[in-house]
Amino acid sequence: MKKDDWEKKSKTCKERDQEFTTVSGLPIKTLYTHEDLKDFDYDRDLGYPGEFPYVRGVYTNMYRGRLWTMRQFSGFGTPKDTNKRYKYLLKHGQTGLSVAFDFPTLYGRDSDDAFACGEVGKCGVAIDTLRDMEILFNGIPLDKISTSMTINPPAAILLAMYIAVGEKQGVPTNVLTGTIQNDMLKEYQAQKTWIYPPEPSMRIITDIMGYCSDNVPKWNTISISGYHIREAGSTALQELAFTLKNGFTYVEYGIKAGLSVDKFAPRLSHFFNSHLDFFEEIAKYRAARRIWARMMQNKYNAQNPRSYLMRFHTQTAGCTLTAQQPENNIIRTAFQAFAAVLGGTQSLHTNSMDETFALPTEKAVKIALRTQQLIACETGVANTIDPLGGSYYIETLTDEMEKGAYEYFEKIDKLGGVVAAIDKGFFQREISRSAYEYQKKLERKERFHVGVNIFKEDEKVNIEILKISKEVERDQVKLLKKVKKERNNAKVKETLKRLRMAAANDENLMPKILDCVKAYATLGEMCNTLKEEFGEYHEPIIF
Amino acid sequence: MDRKIRVIIGKPGLDGHDRGAKVVAAALRDAGMEVIYTGLHQTCESIVEAAIQEDVDIIGLSILSGAHMTIFPKVLNLLKKKRAEDIILTGGGIIPEEDMKKLEKKGVKKMFGPGTPTTEIVDWINENVRAKSKKTKTKKIKKKTGKNRS
Repeated sequence: MKKDDWEKKSKTCKERDQEFTTVSGLPIKTLYTHEDLKDFDYDRDLGYPGEFPYVRGVYTNMYRGRLWTMRQFSGFGTPKDTNKRYKYLLKHGQTGLSVAFDFPTLYGRDSDDAFACGEVGKCGVAIDTLRDMEILFNGIPLDKISTSMTINPPAAILLAMYIAVGEKQGVPTNVLTGTIQNDMLKEYQAQKTWIYPPEPSMRIITDIMGYCSDNVPKWNTISISGYHIREAGSTALQELAFTLKNGFTYVEYGIKAGLSVDKFAPRLSHFFNSHLDFFEEIAKYRAARRIWARMMQNKYNAQNPRSYLMRFHTQTAGCTLTAQQPENNIIRTAFQAFAAVLGGTQSLHTNSMDETFALPTEKAVKIALRTQQLIACETGVANTIDPLGGSYYIETLTDEMEKGAYEYFEKIDKLGGVVAAIDKGFFQREISRSAYEYQKKLERKERFHVGVNIFKEDEKVNIEILKISKEVERDQVKLLKKVKKERNNAKVKETLKRLRMAAANDENLMPKILDCVKAYATLGEMCNTLKEEFGEYHEPIIF
Repeated sequence: MDRKIRVIIGKPGLDGHDRGAKVVAAALRDAGMEVIYTGLHQTCESIVEAAIQEDVDIIGLSILSGAHMTIFPKVLNLLKKKRAEDIILTGGGIIPEEDMKKLEKKGVKKMFGPGTPTTEIVDWINENVRAKSKKTKTKKIKKKTGKNRS
């Protein structure tokens, strides 16, 4: 049968009463064939794994050599509570750590700060001084395990604390492996944890990039994150475009600060969401690799092939979990994890079924980890590289994603670049508009969410919930007081003074922060010192 | 014509998750209400102050940080202290059902969980503000007659 005949025949068939688009709204055809890939050139558009433009994967033999790192984001209560959870996860086969900090820590405030009241240890682990980090990693050898830390405005301080803990364990800095999120641009756009305005934030970031390329060469200095952009409500295309544009902005600032692109770019990593639309997500990861490689080579003149590699972490989409019939979240998460693996992720976090209520229980987090282990050990998807490569549909979607991202780049350039577009509220407006549109689609039943707007049940949800006791805040404040009493306060004052001077004089902040940390200065003291010099950010109100 | 229902949507504490708050704010605005969105990182005091200044009918708080058992009771106390208990307090977020029930017992009029359609929130507000204004009207009349008598 000829294609034309098939098309005629297909048009006479009845279709389900539904809009056929990706979850982000891209129209989807009934069928994709070789005709959709007329200009397709294998070597130019795909290449081989570990070779330019890296669409099929960043490493030569991908999961045949080594599986992705199974890295569950975790932290709650006191450092002691979280240390216990880490040991539990490692015992059950997790292969890397990922620290979740509580809100006061994320905002650079101590546990006894007025704003911290009621928030200590709730959403993550509370860290005030180096003492807390020593407890957090007690009995965990930092030369054997890699650690990712979701921390942004105070990233330099938490990294300094990690280095100091390593030193106490006898681990030299050039052995330490891990990641700090340190992606401030997406904070102003989506995740909304900020302290200082954009320009000084960018200066801290380039200081970290400079310091690490000389001293902590295996550390990923930024995790350029689309995850939070997506969680805040963006489409897949917006997630892809905004994340990569943010990444290129860091590259530009690094070059402007006098750093060599081939020295810092290999340590930039990425972090994406894995949402509901299976194929759209896979296409997003593949397109991201191609755009990054092409732009790094053509626009930023990187010569080192490692600068072309878009290595990324994935987390399944928290915003797709439902409080209704929460056990279904196990299955939802499994599909999303599956997409991330088919998309060639380097590490993965799978959400737990109970996270629409609270932080996960041990049981829930173990099921989430087992989900990854099932994919790795039972399904066979890790046997060959990029198994969906060459699919007419996947390749077409990958091309469309790439094209759409370039259109967004142009729009952002016209606004004066990422920082100017943040000031104008561009990203914030784009994201909240998409979030609202998505909600309206759910309510009009143009999109379905099982248990929420279809297959609903009257149910009494009966699952175990993790509780954070009131004692956590009390104990944490008590320990903070004790540390402050025992430390050499004159030394703390002196190191903070030097930090302030470095901030005023454009010196690299990292060595000064390390001195403060080792003197047991608190997170709040250091952030307040920098705040005096850099000022505070205030958001434009947009909804 | 009746005055528009006035709502303040607040993000108290350090929590940065504002997707839900913004979606609800937009939905209430599109349903014809006057909506004030506070932006992030507000203190309980500043939200209650703004609510009184702006003469709102309802305060909606969004909390996904786990601090709900501290923040909601604090706002209730402040409303009481400022004699603004006629302002209805509601809210939602990542909050276990058990805590939602406790908060409703303490005086939060209603807690909304994840997945609630915005139309349900709009209907609930319309209904409860109308019921409240009826009550205050009768109260005011009663007060007046009371005065006349003395």
